Amino acid sequence: MSESQLDSAAGYNTAAVKARQKWRLIQDKIATSLVTVGGMSVIGAVLLIMFYLFYVVAPLFAPASMEEVGEYAVPAQEAGQTLHLSLEEKLASGTRITDQGNIVYFDAKTGAVTQQTAVTGGQPTAWFPVSEYTNTHAFGFDNGTMQLVQLGYKTTYIDGVRQLAPKIEYPLGEDALELDEDGSSVSKVAAVIEEDEATLVGLVDGEVVLSYYTLEESFLSGGLAAELDDSSRFTPSIAVDYLLIDPLGDWLYVADKEGHVESYRLYGADANLNEKIRVVAADDKLTDLRFLRGGISLLAATQKGKVHQWFPVRDANNEYQLAEVRDFEVGDGAAISALATEHRRKGFVTIDADGVLGVFYTTSRRELMQAKLADELVSFNIAPRSNAVIAETATGKIKLMDLDNEHPEISLSSLWGEVWYESYPEPAHIWQSSSASDDFEPKYSLTPLAFGTFKAAFYAMLLALPLAVAGAVYTAYFMAPSMRKVVKPVIEIMEALPTVILGFLAGLWLAPLMEDQLLAAFLVVPMVLVAILVFGFVWERSPEKIRLAIPDGWQPGLLIPVIIIAAWIAFALDNPIENAFFDGNTAQWLTNVAGIDYDQRNALVVGFAMGFAVIPTIFSITEDAVFGVPKHLSNGSLALGATPWQTLVRVVLPTASPGMFSAVMIGLGRAVGETMIVLMATGNTPVMDFNIFEGMRTLSANIAVEMPESEVGSSHYRILFLAGLVLFIFTFMFNTIAELVRQRLRAKYSQL
Amino acid sequence: MSEKITVKTWFESGSPWVWLNAGGVAVSVILVIGLIGLIASRGLGHFWPAPVFEASFTNQFGQQETLIAEIRGSEQVKTQRLREAGFQLPEDGPESYVRHQVKTGNRDVVGLDFRFALEKDVADRTYPEDIVVLERTEWGNFYGYLVEVRENGKVVATENDANRFDVLEERIARVRELRHESKEIEKVDIGAINHGIERIRLKTRGLELDGKTPENAPQAYAQLAEKRAELDADYKVLEERLVELYHQLNRDSVLMRVMDGQVREIQLSKAVVAFRPNAYGFFGKIGHYFEKLWEFVADEPREANTEGGIFPAIFGTIMMVLVMTVLVTPFGVVAALYLREYATQGTVTKLIRVAVNNLAGVPSIVYGVFGLGFFVYFLGGSIDALFFPEAAPAPVFGTPGLMWASLTLALLTLPVVIVSTEEGLARIPRAVREGSLALGATKIETLMRVVIPMASPGIMTGLILAVARAAGEVAPLMLVGVVKLAPSLPLDGNYPFLHLDRKFMHLGFHIYDVGFQSPNVEAARPLVYATALLLVLLIIGLNLAAVSIRNRLREKYRAMEH
Repeated sequence: MSESQLDSAAGYNTAAVKARQKWRLIQDKIATSLVTVGGMSVIGAVLLIMFYLFYVVAPLFAPASMEEVGEYAVPAQEAGQTLHLSLEEKLASGTRITDQGNIVYFDAKTGAVTQQTAVTGGQPTAWFPVSEYTNTHAFGFDNGTMQLVQLGYKTTYIDGVRQLAPKIEYPLGEDALELDEDGSSVSKVAAVIEEDEATLVGLVDGEVVLSYYTLEESFLSGGLAAELDDSSRFTPSIAVDYLLIDPLGDWLYVADKEGHVESYRLYGADANLNEKIRVVAADDKLTDLRFLRGGISLLAATQKGKVHQWFPVRDANNEYQLAEVRDFEVGDGAAISALATEHRRKGFVTIDADGVLGVFYTTSRRELMQAKLADELVSFNIAPRSNAVIAETATGKIKLMDLDNEHPEISLSSLWGEVWYESYPEPAHIWQSSSASDDFEPKYSLTPLAFGTFKAAFYAMLLALPLAVAGAVYTAYFMAPSMRKVVKPVIEIMEALPTVILGFLAGLWLAPLMEDQLLAAFLVVPMVLVAILVFGFVWERSPEKIRLAIPDGWQPGLLIPVIIIAAWIAFALDNPIENAFFDGNTAQWLTNVAGIDYDQRNALVVGFAMGFAVIPTIFSITEDAVFGVPKHLSNGSLALGATPWQTLVRVVLPTASPGMFSAVMIGLGRAVGETMIVLMATGNTPVMDFNIFEGMRTLSANIAVEMPESEVGSSHYRILFLAGLVLFIFTFMFNTIAELVRQRLRAKYSQL
Repeated sequence: MSEKITVKTWFESGSPWVWLNAGGVAVSVILVIGLIGLIASRGLGHFWPAPVFEASFTNQFGQQETLIAEIRGSEQVKTQRLREAGFQLPEDGPESYVRHQVKTGNRDVVGLDFRFALEKDVADRTYPEDIVVLERTEWGNFYGYLVEVRENGKVVATENDANRFDVLEERIARVRELRHESKEIEKVDIGAINHGIERIRLKTRGLELDGKTPENAPQAYAQLAEKRAELDADYKVLEERLVELYHQLNRDSVLMRVMDGQVREIQLSKAVVAFRPNAYGFFGKIGHYFEKLWEFVADEPREANTEGGIFPAIFGTIMMVLVMTVLVTPFGVVAALYLREYATQGTVTKLIRVAVNNLAGVPSIVYGVFGLGFFVYFLGGSIDALFFPEAAPAPVFGTPGLMWASLTLALLTLPVVIVSTEEGLARIPRAVREGSLALGATKIETLMRVVIPMASPGIMTGLILAVARAAGEVAPLMLVGVVKLAPSLPLDGNYPFLHLDRKFMHLGFHIYDVGFQSPNVEAARPLVYATALLLVLLIIGLNLAAVSIRNRLREKYRAMEH
């Protein structure tokens, strides 16, 4: 019999067995690859979290980009030189205003003229953009009159396709309004139109003429009828090269080419000179002066390629003074030929003498892009949604460029540094992401949130650290084993306690209690300390009979009633002391007499509640570290005559200190990321004040509050992701340090 | 030896520090036990029927009025605070006064159902047995004396009838049954019809998207129209039944005299239960207590979550945790198996371990942010675009819901499961594995037949800890699927039965929402304490279970090592 026959007789190596063996091996292979792929992908998923956060945050810091999408000859070239270009909301159509008073509507993709209209008031001699937002313009004519024209569209839908029809309106009536009785030519104009009033300004024969109109709804036409209310004239001390009036009709600015600006406060038609300053450097010249969106800031472009931002700031005497808030350096210092401001944000675009276009944002101080469009540009503008630029070259071409500039308002300096926002007296860290008003600029400073996070964590650690470390050291080193068996799990189980419960108790139970018994909250600490020491001293001096009745290591059991009584005394003392020294109400006394603001839900409450949440974490790890110190070390020390306390301080704690350090780091990580407690136990106001009696807003609570209502893909949404990423990195860092320290400690213990 | 200890020698010995450390333990223990005691006493006390008193009350402005109310809480208030609140108090009076928070109910009559009363202002307190507390589906409790019971406007029992309370109770029981039936019809039957109609709408839209019109695919459209007609017919029948039920519900009413003497008629259709707390004996109270406790656990919330039960929140929590467990178990175990059994041990695995460990410490809100961005908007949005184009623009999975909440929490608890499973695997002695391999088993056979069964307590421990963590987590859920009031449970009788796209209620979020966003926080507070107690008990129970399994496991292997 051959070997194989033997095998098969014994049931080995038969075909069936071989097949089975093979199948088993295949199974094993499959399992190996499945587990490997599965395991790797789970770990990959974990990494995905971090990368996804980065992926969402990254566009915030991306520069702007531009792409040419159309080029064609200037529509209706014969209608005159371009004064102003504009694009429609969805970039389907454009308008061109010429120096001859022609308004040309054209297809923005092809340049085909769709309508051409001329203003009716006369031969235009001056033009002013009243509002880019509504596309309203003012014209001054050679016969001493002015006219306001609003360019718009009538939108209809035919079979679901959007149709645009040009629509020209005259907000102050179709007839031109008289500015100068003598009919002299108007060489500069400016105008503002509000709900029920309008101010028209013109430069006639070197004099500034102001006309203040009241508007009433006309019963006949349904439009507005303008009625002259008052008018005045004055002569500025400087040449009038630029004339601007702000959209609220409060300020009039006159500027000359040298960069001198006179600001006038307007009351109806009365103009009072407020101040005269120079807005550019001494050796520089003004090349363009415009309002930033909102009409508070002035942007002054110069010959040396600078843009200065100025706005009125209220000083201590309640008077407004123009202040230079920030300036921008454009490119290589070529003269800026024109500025255009974004319609809905605080950004602006420049073109310089070399035909280079620059995209900037004011509050974030960002230069987002520079690109050369042509050798020389005549006119240009930015689309209403800031998603395109239209420009006319000196060679008679129109260029349409798509602009991708989603998050210009975010920069590291606007996120973490102080930003001087319009109407604020000074630069500040402000988080204010939304408001009811339409004209609002969101303010995204993460600094107050990060500050709040660390403030909350600090007060939490203030409570948790001494209690948890002292408790852990005692439990690990002095406590009787039978007691330790009970105490350790009791404290550790608190780690699992949902923080929403702690937050609820802190907000609805502790905060009112603390406000009522504020003094007791502070009295409790010294009272309990003194009580423990006094009791300890008395106990150790007591007769042996009593002392030995309780075995060593059971002191905490003895102390529990002592502490409860001490705390009770503190609460009992609260009212008499309060009545005697604090006018019967400590919280109010703090506000009225000491000048310290008191919120009911404050850092003290948060510190207490969050401290409570952190105690088990720190306790557990510290206890493990101290308990893990090899016994022969402490026995040796004790044998040499050191007291237990000396042994602890000189031998045990130094050995265990890395473990205690990692406990603190992990506890800190937990306090930094905790959401529900701070959400419920503070007022969630993003203030930067270390006052223990005031609240705060933390990064995590901010996410919980604002995330559900933020628009996907918006700057706000991405900043909340950034806040999440910051938290992630903070805690990941703390935990990694702690983990590494702990691993080294473990290696050290095993060597000892 | 017995040398007298002086303060100086005592301090030199270091003993005071030991005492202070002992104090640290004592304070921690007091805090922990005090916290649980506080929640337990407030949470459990809520269901006990408080006696209702009638008294003459002098209010802050010196006016006399009759008060019928129950005391919900009492506290010492400092005299100074009362003065600040506008009370005229004598200079030589006590330092503080007892102030009761009393619940007068009758929100529809007096506007507020809670008020404060100083003990000294409440005189002639009596506890008449005849005071009736009527719980209603809206406007909160009603307190007063029973005057008449009416049926279709005809008097069936008056103040002088001895059996008037029985008559009332009987009628309320009838109303409850009718209401239960009508609710059943509304929720289950009409719910199913609505569900069917919605599915037909989506199918029609789906046909349109496929380019099928009634002209080129008449059969498909006819089928849907037929189904639709069937559903409409069913609906007609149910609607008639409902109208009939509503009619019957409105049959009875009751006249009650409230504290200021006026008599009010209340429709019994709104009544939940009527009882006379002052007439209860001890066992009556216990019965009432458990009845309320059961209502709390098994009923739906009423009145903006401030009354009634929390069943949907319990159900939602359990569903979410179950789906999460189904998701986290395979992934957690496979990852641990890979790390411990397959990967070559070295720096890389060490780093991965550190990373996994640290993920357990990443704030939960970060997982919420990730879940919202990646799962809800990215994954959910893609799923909608691919599989549910007919539902657009309404999102199906592209909006927070049960599925994403469970997935987010699965990710959050993954480190717990991995670490615990790895620990379980590490404890299995090498000899056991080698024995199996020596007998010719392949690696996967060894794992499946020997190692994993032995490590299963470790896996269990990890899962229980994961469940405990997930059940208590609130912050991420606020972003990925929890709502204050879900119209329907995520599990019901309509296809596909388990609705992973639905939003759900959650115990932890319920605490936050009712405690902080509720219009009537005073009324809701006891309920929040009760919910908190339930949650604490659940989580402590789960943790204790995990601890005991772990200890048993340790014992087992200790035995094996010897």
